[in-house]
Amino acid sequence: MSYIPLSQRDIEEMLRRIGVSSLDELFQSIPEEIRWKGSLNLPSPLSESELLEYFEKLGQKNTYPQFLSFLGAGAYPHLIPAVVDYLSSRGEFVTPYTPYQPEVSQGTLQIIFEYQTLICQLTALEIANASLYEGATAVAEAVLMAQRIRNRSKILVARSLHPQYRQVMATYVKNLGLTIEEVDFDLKSGQLSLDDLTKRLSEEVIALVVQNPNFFGVVEKLEEAFSLSHQKGALAIAVIAEGLSLGLLKPPGEVGADIACGEGQSFGLPLAFGGPYLGFIACRENFLRQLPGRIAGQTKDAEGKIGYVLTLSTREQHIRREKATSNICTNQAWCALRATIFLETLGPKGLRELAYYNLQKANYALEKLCSLPGIKRHFSGPIFNEFVLELEQPVNKITSQLLNRGIIAGYPLERDYPELKNCLLLCVTEVHSKEKIDELVRAFKEVLS
Amino acid sequence: MNRREPLIFELSGEGKRAFFLPPLDVPEKREILEFLPCRENIPGFPEVSEPEIVRHFTRLAQTNFCVDTTFYPLGSCTMKYSPKINEKIAGLSHFLTIHPLAQEELVQGSLELIKLLEDYLCRITGMAYFTLWPAAGAHGELTGMMMIRAALTRRGNPRKIVLIPDSAHGTNPSSAHLCGYHVQEIKSNEEGTVDVEDLEKMMTDEVAALMLTNPNTLGIFEKDICRLAEIVHRRGGFVYMDGANMNALLGKFRPGDHGVDVIHLNLHKTFSTPHGGGGPGAGPVGVTEELEPFLPIPVIKREGERLVVENNRPLSIGRVRTFFGNFLVLVKALAYILSLGDEGLKQVAEIAVLNSNYLRKSLEGIFHLKYSSPTLHECVFSDKWQREKGVQNIDIAKRLIDFGLHPPTMSFPLIVQGALMIEPTETESKVELDAFIEAMKQIAYEAEKNPEILKTAPHRAYVRRLDEVAAARNPVLRWKG
Amino acid sequence: MYPDNLYYTKDHEWVKVEDDLAIIGITEFAQKQLGDIVYIELPEIGTNLEVHQTIGAIESVKAVSDVFSPIAGEVIEVNEKLNESPELINQDPYGQGWIIKLRIKNKTDLNQLMSASEYEKYVESLEA
Repeated sequence: MSYIPLSQRDIEEMLRRIGVSSLDELFQSIPEEIRWKGSLNLPSPLSESELLEYFEKLGQKNTYPQFLSFLGAGAYPHLIPAVVDYLSSRGEFVTPYTPYQPEVSQGTLQIIFEYQTLICQLTALEIANASLYEGATAVAEAVLMAQRIRNRSKILVARSLHPQYRQVMATYVKNLGLTIEEVDFDLKSGQLSLDDLTKRLSEEVIALVVQNPNFFGVVEKLEEAFSLSHQKGALAIAVIAEGLSLGLLKPPGEVGADIACGEGQSFGLPLAFGGPYLGFIACRENFLRQLPGRIAGQTKDAEGKIGYVLTLSTREQHIRREKATSNICTNQAWCALRATIFLETLGPKGLRELAYYNLQKANYALEKLCSLPGIKRHFSGPIFNEFVLELEQPVNKITSQLLNRGIIAGYPLERDYPELKNCLLLCVTEVHSKEKIDELVRAFKEVLS
Repeated sequence: MNRREPLIFELSGEGKRAFFLPPLDVPEKREILEFLPCRENIPGFPEVSEPEIVRHFTRLAQTNFCVDTTFYPLGSCTMKYSPKINEKIAGLSHFLTIHPLAQEELVQGSLELIKLLEDYLCRITGMAYFTLWPAAGAHGELTGMMMIRAALTRRGNPRKIVLIPDSAHGTNPSSAHLCGYHVQEIKSNEEGTVDVEDLEKMMTDEVAALMLTNPNTLGIFEKDICRLAEIVHRRGGFVYMDGANMNALLGKFRPGDHGVDVIHLNLHKTFSTPHGGGGPGAGPVGVTEELEPFLPIPVIKREGERLVVENNRPLSIGRVRTFFGNFLVLVKALAYILSLGDEGLKQVAEIAVLNSNYLRKSLEGIFHLKYSSPTLHECVFSDKWQREKGVQNIDIAKRLIDFGLHPPTMSFPLIVQGALMIEPTETESKVELDAFIEAMKQIAYEAEKNPEILKTAPHRAYVRRLDEVAAARNPVLRWKG
Repeated sequence: MYPDNLYYTKDHEWVKVEDDLAIIGITEFAQKQLGDIVYIELPEIGTNLEVHQTIGAIESVKAVSDVFSPIAGEVIEVNEKLNESPELINQDPYGQGWIIKLRIKNKTDLNQLMSASEYEKYVESLEA
């Protein structure tokens, strides 16, 4: 195929105007001896119908959709209202770039402004940026931001933070002379161990990073943990991997968090094998100059009409270069747009109800499953829409038997937490009807007996 | 004057709704709430109906310029047409509904797609391996620089300095810094390129890498790239190429064949995936054989017929992002490559360079061109001649809006004062290019005769010129009611 | 444009000496180059500055410029008004737009600075 809108005659006319005789001549600034003249050995080009067929076939090799899945662990299946797809697929949202020229980008800018407001309202914090790549890099950016505010050397991270988030954070700070120390979780409740935290806190600590609900789906007691951190002058960073929980649970700003960050995938973004997703970050107002990424602000035009612009750009790489707060340039604007449409469609009641459904359904599933012999609840702490089951039999055996029955039972925890042998992390959301949950329970019963 | 579209919060009214759930189908246990720290409400969160939402976003959409409606010559951003079939393909349910943590055997299609794209990007660039996880160009830079640092550390010394030309994009120094390096700037020579002799002087045993954009941000090919690479390699450093401008080189130059050790590509530039108002993009990184052990995890490997996800790689720089990158962006880029093939990609570069040179030729003599070297896919004019009349590049940019055209990139690269950086891409017709040329000529004429009309532009946009100074002095960053 | 009673630096700061105290700001030339100033980062009182140490940064919408201390000394006062009204630097760079007050450590530091006429020549050389 070709997307070139020039006729042969156009090309000839343009070459004449330029004063060259061939297209090849335009490339003379690449020395002859290094110019590539061979074939790239790519497959022959496909037409539209062939292309569609090709990808449909490739897609069919993903057998995942044939299964009933209870996977969560940082990527959550949720409803997406029709208006989200409809509105976000408009060319005016899909095909512009970063709104460098505000007068012709008011749509994008006003939506970023609304998005920033929604994130502030959800987190109960004062300022938010226009988006980051996804949850893990958002945590890394939050930690780097905290380091600029508290010029210290150590980061305390809950061991119950998503394992991939911990890995990404480690990659980011590795070359900057910072150390990371993990804080244990309480073996019984699954919540952060305040004893271990107290032991590890010192004047060297930049910040405490805790996920809520944590990787095990357990809801944390953040107030106490954050207040202990503050006593040592460390900042408090709340990580939210399941954004929907903010519809129901106490927001980070109300429990002492200085920075909240995490993953907004639950707000209208499909699972899509992991991306594109949406990193978000919010913080207290006095950290404004240390916030990374784009920020939209309100202003007026020459006639006094309200409008929006990208602002405070002096924090960013295109102006401050190596002294910038982050190297981020392109972010996830279109994903933030989808989150904005999603959140405004749900509204406060819809969001709360949806969160409440998740809570009820997950608890229903937990109770039913735990009534089966050979399964017990591993952590006693309250849950939101994920929970950990401990199986009497080897987890691999059970999950592969369940797979044979068309069910993906959850995420085995042993690969990330050797101490959680035979433990399985399950996620139940509004997409799982009672019928499906009961099917899961039945299947478990069969394979365990 | 257009009516201002209110903020959604201003449309809110208690009890209005746009979202309804079916009845709860499990037995409700209210007492669960007692064990949870719950919030009372979400103060300020908007309550609106569906018709209001649709009108709100539709009206806001109509205030945006975009590639689908408008010539959008943002230099170094490659604002080319995004084919619609690629959107349709990325929307196939067998890609949309896949959980990233599912067992390998259930997601072989996704893994194969990743492997194919890696392979094709290697063929296009001449690199040995690619990682597709970085979410954007800057993220790719960071990933690439970390691999260089890891390789040097393994050799015994990570070194301290990264050399970057003064024409480089700001993400280059910022990424190098985030990787723990000091940045030393190389001044561009009179031709607008890196001077072999300058590099010779600056290249020491403490230099980890040279970060080079090619063609550079002036649109000029760094013709000495082989000699530059040789100098860097002789002293044990690495050559990093910022591939943001790869659109000019498709099928014409393969960086991997000529001393480039690491390159990142911007799939949202060269490979047509839509820019989305500022992302999502994707910034895959290609490396040589030598750097393979340091690739970020996971690495997808073939084991017979099967593809497996490998996480246990002791020398890896680690994980740079969760899961498998911006996967749907990868889908679109692969579809683009498969739809064009060899000849199609080569033609992309040829026409992108033709269009740019046609603009350059037509505007030379009307706007000042600081560097006379030949250019490929973009060229950088300046406001030097108009400044004499008190007209700056920003005035020219805002006036272009009145002609229904998106302005070029402004004030970048920093080495050209009052820069207007124009990149038309290959997907513009001669009619569009001619309209832009005519508008620019008209604007140059107005700068002479009636500069006031430029200084007060735009006159025909949804808003008049916005006060960015006020926005920065008194930041209002959210709606407060 | 460049008052005679001040000392100047190549980075476009000025110094006014009052006994063992020094008031520091940026010059008319510098404020013009920066354009509309939107923000200034001020040091904490009590900070001990070395010669050429960064005092803070001045920001316009699209540029940032570090301000360096022309002489060594301890910061005893900062111009708090600039937090609310950074435009004072544009409006009155030698008066209400002053940035910090230092207790001078070595008066000899002043010998390294330029006089008004020297600075004027320096600026002319930049503009040429």
